Amino acid sequence: MSDFLLNWLINIPGFAAPFALAALGLIITERAGVLNLGAEGFMLVGALAGVGAMLNGSAPLLALGGSVVAGMLLGLLFAVMVASLRINHVISGLALVFFAQALVSFIASAERWNNKAIAGLEPVFLGQDVVIFAVPLLTLAVLWLLNKTRFGLSLRAVGENPGAADAAGIDVTAMRFAAIVIGAGLIGLAGGYLTVAVARIWVDTVVGGRGWIAIALVIFARWHPWRAVLGAVLFGCIEALIPRIAATGADVPRYFLQMTPYLATLGVMIWAALRGSDRWAQPAALGQHHIREERD
Amino acid sequence: MTDTLTLSSVSKSFGGFRALDTVDFVARAGEVHALLGENGAGKSTLMNIACGLYAPDEGHVAIDGKTVRISGARDAAARGIGMVHQHFKLVPAFSVLENIMLFNPGRSPAEVAGKAQDLARQMGFEISLSDKAGTLGVAEQQRIEILKVLVAGARIIILDEPTAVLSPEEGRMLMGLVRKLAEAGSAVILVTHKLHEALHHSDRITVMRGGRKISETTPEGMDPASLTTLIVGEQIIEKPQLSKAVGPIEVELENVTLGGEAGRKGLVDVSFRVRRGEIYGVAGVSGNGQNELSAAIMGLSFPSSGRIGMNGLGDVSKRGPGYRRRHGLGCIPVDRYSHGLAGRISVTDNYAVNGAMAGAYGGWGFFKRGLAQAAAREAVAAYDVQGVRSLGQRAGLLSGGNAQKLVIAREFEGAPRVVLAHSPSRGLDVRAGAAVHERLRAARDRGAAVILISDDLDEIMLLSDRIGVLNSGRLTREFKAPAERGDIGAAMVSHE
Repeated sequence: MSDFLLNWLINIPGFAAPFALAALGLIITERAGVLNLGAEGFMLVGALAGVGAMLNGSAPLLALGGSVVAGMLLGLLFAVMVASLRINHVISGLALVFFAQALVSFIASAERWNNKAIAGLEPVFLGQDVVIFAVPLLTLAVLWLLNKTRFGLSLRAVGENPGAADAAGIDVTAMRFAAIVIGAGLIGLAGGYLTVAVARIWVDTVVGGRGWIAIALVIFARWHPWRAVLGAVLFGCIEALIPRIAATGADVPRYFLQMTPYLATLGVMIWAALRGSDRWAQPAALGQHHIREERD
Repeated sequence: MTDTLTLSSVSKSFGGFRALDTVDFVARAGEVHALLGENGAGKSTLMNIACGLYAPDEGHVAIDGKTVRISGARDAAARGIGMVHQHFKLVPAFSVLENIMLFNPGRSPAEVAGKAQDLARQMGFEISLSDKAGTLGVAEQQRIEILKVLVAGARIIILDEPTAVLSPEEGRMLMGLVRKLAEAGSAVILVTHKLHEALHHSDRITVMRGGRKISETTPEGMDPASLTTLIVGEQIIEKPQLSKAVGPIEVELENVTLGGEAGRKGLVDVSFRVRRGEIYGVAGVSGNGQNELSAAIMGLSFPSSGRIGMNGLGDVSKRGPGYRRRHGLGCIPVDRYSHGLAGRISVTDNYAVNGAMAGAYGGWGFFKRGLAQAAAREAVAAYDVQGVRSLGQRAGLLSGGNAQKLVIAREFEGAPRVVLAHSPSRGLDVRAGAAVHERLRAARDRGAAVILISDDLDEIMLLSDRIGVLNSGRLTREFKAPAERGDIGAAMVSHE
């Protein structure tokens, strides 16, 4: 039993980190008023970039850097679509996910990266790797960025009332561009961590809906970084439990166990809706375009 | 006295429409300069050029005698121009301090806070910098807007219809503040369509009409009638006409209580009756339950207690808008573009939607477009809806007055026995407003019971046979026309 607990606890941070990183990236994007349903797509390109870099002999941390860059590149495309061209946020996000899914399976099969084990990121302390220890620091950095800097003030103003931000001389399009690209980098890192540190292999389904769970997590966290990390740990607990239960040989159907994170996601969203206060926590201009009125 | 801001021979067109035609305008330090005109006269366009949102097609802008090109809001602020918009540009979720900081980038919170407090004290009001802007009343929010531009060092302060959202008392206080700003050396531009503000609180008056400057004068020797003539180009003076024949009760509210939107009071125990052939005016400062009352009557929200009776139907308080409309309710909602019309569909479709629901243009399967078009054509002519180039044109392209006429044409088509009109002339110029009023009187004279909700006391006084005052969600007083304007005004703002 104590083995079971220890194994479980030691695995939680690894499962929680991708959720936390993706949620932080989503918070930065969404606090600027951009509804980002593309998280799954950003994670996928990050995950593939990580594997690709490792298979080509790069060091794990460098590979994670590649994930960040890959996420940002896809973020640039998303930014052009929603910030510059003002395409509907929902449709752009969904289109991006499907595009990313097709893109990664194409590249992975063309490069023959499927099912090849990679070395991966090694633990440095208490069985945890360096990214785990970076997550709290990153959370602090995001909080500082949002609440203590001029950039953060402008970013939040754009998400709450783009008309007011515009009148104060803030370039709404540029702010959203920046928020999307920075956020996409973090979500790409979340994907890279999944392959480089956790799975250590590429399969097309490696991200497995974690981007969608991260979106629900952000709603649950009411767009607040610490609460998002807390939620990430909660989901990490559930995910880390699945292989443990399977390993005990308990008679629980495998596919039911694999369904539990999504079940928990639905539960969390329903709970958040019933509590009802989220309408005020959501950035007021989330998903809205800003077009300066030409005439009164 | 120095000319602080000079606009010389400024012209501006929007897609072929000449919004400004060689206008000259000068604002001087220490002066309050009132800019008067109807909607569409070009006031806002002129001020948007002054604060750098638009570039003029012709003419130029000078500050302290030097010609400048203002490249945007931030550049305007850096040159000492501060615009206080009619629709506040505050972030409701931000604290007062954060809102001021947003407008004053690159300065430390401590510096901004100190300066804001100093300036507030000089202007004679108190502020709490940590309050969330969204929780403040409109008058306080407006002071934050003013403070925002003052902290940024504005010497030329443009106030766009600043008293439109204020109670008469708050308006008077604001005018006192405006005078202080001028005395402190600022050039203040007061954009308004209220004559008494121009007459009593400004040093100079510029009147615009149709994109041109009509006159520049001082308040001395002017009176409301002469100013009105300048503004509209002719004299339109509406006179109250009381009802001649009042019939039985047609609609009745009894102790209607309704929760408000977040933080609002909603309605508390509201009771009144309206008879056939009478206009019942509901006066009050906006935000005192008008939206809730209109939603309760239209059937968009159901009261939590109380009843709404319609003659012959009994209690309809839990019936939806479709039922009430089928049984003789006609509505002119406050926001004609979001509740009155669907802007992106055609004039015909907007007009025909009522009749189509009633089956006038065919049954379930087919929509007889020809019939609908003929009906729409007739209505457009009968209600004098101008600017309809074709019946297939999008309704959103109609100007405010004509959009309102189209709503009225549709709503009055079935000769409703109960009419609800919520601020029907808001945003309309004098002429279009008078046309709307004429329609409401005609509806009353043919025997409808008319409920008029308006925050424009002049409109209420002009039309109503009886007047109820809505204050903090309660109907606190009732008056019979003709009533004293001062008494109604007092009831609107009293805190009993």
